[in-house]
Amino acid sequence: MTRLETLRPDLQQIAGWIRDGSRVLDLGCGDGALLAWLGEHKGVRGYGVEIDVDNIVRCVANGVNALQGDLEAGLSAYGDASFDQVILSQTIQAMRETERILCEITRVGREAIVTFPNFGYWRNRWQILAGRMPVSETIPYQWYDTPNIHWCMLGDFEALCTKNRIRILERVVMDGQRRVDFLPNVRGSLAFYRIGRQGRS
Amino acid sequence: MTEADNSVGIVTAQLAVFDTPLPLLSGSLIGNWELKYETYGTLNRDKSNAVLVCHALSGHHHVAGRYTEDDAAPGWWDSMVGPGKPIDTRRFFVVGVNNLGGCHGSTGPSSLRPETGEPWGAAFPVVTVSDWVNAQALLADRLGIERWAAVIGGSLGGMQALQWTISYPARVGHALVIASAPKLSAQNIAFNDVARQAILSDPDFHGGDFYRHGTAPRRGLRLARMLGHITYLSDDGMGEKFGRMLRSGEYRFGYDVEFEIESYLRYQGDKFSDIFDANTYLLMTKALDYFDPAADAGHDLAAALSDVKASFLVASFTSDWRFSPARSRELVDALTRADRRVSYAEIESVHGHDAFLMLDPPYVALMRTYLDRVAQEVGA
Repeated sequence: MTRLETLRPDLQQIAGWIRDGSRVLDLGCGDGALLAWLGEHKGVRGYGVEIDVDNIVRCVANGVNALQGDLEAGLSAYGDASFDQVILSQTIQAMRETERILCEITRVGREAIVTFPNFGYWRNRWQILAGRMPVSETIPYQWYDTPNIHWCMLGDFEALCTKNRIRILERVVMDGQRRVDFLPNVRGSLAFYRIGRQGRS
Repeated sequence: MTEADNSVGIVTAQLAVFDTPLPLLSGSLIGNWELKYETYGTLNRDKSNAVLVCHALSGHHHVAGRYTEDDAAPGWWDSMVGPGKPIDTRRFFVVGVNNLGGCHGSTGPSSLRPETGEPWGAAFPVVTVSDWVNAQALLADRLGIERWAAVIGGSLGGMQALQWTISYPARVGHALVIASAPKLSAQNIAFNDVARQAILSDPDFHGGDFYRHGTAPRRGLRLARMLGHITYLSDDGMGEKFGRMLRSGEYRFGYDVEFEIESYLRYQGDKFSDIFDANTYLLMTKALDYFDPAADAGHDLAAALSDVKASFLVASFTSDWRFSPARSRELVDALTRADRRVSYAEIESVHGHDAFLMLDPPYVALMRTYLDRVAQEVGA
């Protein structure tokens, strides 16, 4: 692995926001591909957290520090601002304690990066109009077996940030591999936010 | 692959004799001391592929293989150590040591004291985990091993692996700390004390000098072991294995063995009291109780780990209540606070504390994958 292109497009977007040499906590890190890439190319130190032991084994194979744990149990093990950046990638919509994790990642990280599938994506709207729950590349589940329980659109997420005095530092919305600037709430399938606590630079 | 194909085969124990006195944490000195050890595999040219396997409470240097073709059982971790096994003897040079104070050939309470020609007995000094690590380091010097690729242990063995990284940070590449803890809880110390009391109150104990009476506190040791076994198994695991099964299918209205679990515990207790030394058992439980590396750093474990250079793999088992996952998490959290390299897995298992000796598939996959990377790192 040498270039950014070797990463999945959504991970490329996140990797672009990670600063060289920073200490990172990647929540729901999967097989550790992002952390492995960041370690190799940006000198990043840090840990991935995963609930699934098979993914822990995959992380170990990738040479990534991986800690098995359940995000629903919170991040009390980690001190305030103990990480430069905390990543929560395509996980927040599957969490029961959405608001709590949002507060926790901005407590533990000087900055956090959150990504989630945008429920307001036009294809989703279209499927709902056609009388069915949406199934697409970013949300590939049937209504009865989906882990996703807290759908939101861009405006919903931003309102929750405001409610918790969390600043939005940057927002990018993608449709597949294309960046969407016009009507992102309708045309974007995946949202990326860089956020931080108010009063913390 | 048959078992013979991936066994280390016939092995021979060796003895290292040391004539320089070893200072112990208690302030005692132990002169002329010996360590019994076994090695498997081949030490490579730059001596970078050595792995130390530390034993737990009742373990010893005989980690893998058999002494003769007709041995009933192989070494205590034969399932994990051998050619093609997770601790792969085709790649690693594996060392197993019987710790000081043991009863399997290293200097311990049942050894003859050169000065008196009598067994040490009650005069044998109390040894700690850091004393063991110091002794192991002198053995490593003797074998020409400057740095272990990995130090691996479960339970009390895991405590030794952790202590290695603190006592000799430059000499450990990786520490694999399995089903262990950075210190015992009150409950754990309590279990150990009941075990000790069983031995100490046995009339055959004679203050630890039972050898000269030609006897041994077998009843006490048996009780200690029975108690130990209850804590090593989980309620569910016990239920699955024994349930309420009766040996004869009906109540006998007496106190002989009736339930299968009674039969199992008594058998294990009897077997153990025939082969293990009561003084060693006492010493080992004390070493467990005293272990607390954070104590030297103002009870801040992260501070105690601040100079550690090793990478860690920490693993716990869901049904282990003797060394519960929460105790492993304590270590993991301290390592992350200290910004050390660590991976942690909480393995789903019904086998309780004993799971570290079993082969639950995710556990085997984790060990294999981690050690494969260690081997690659050292070019083994």
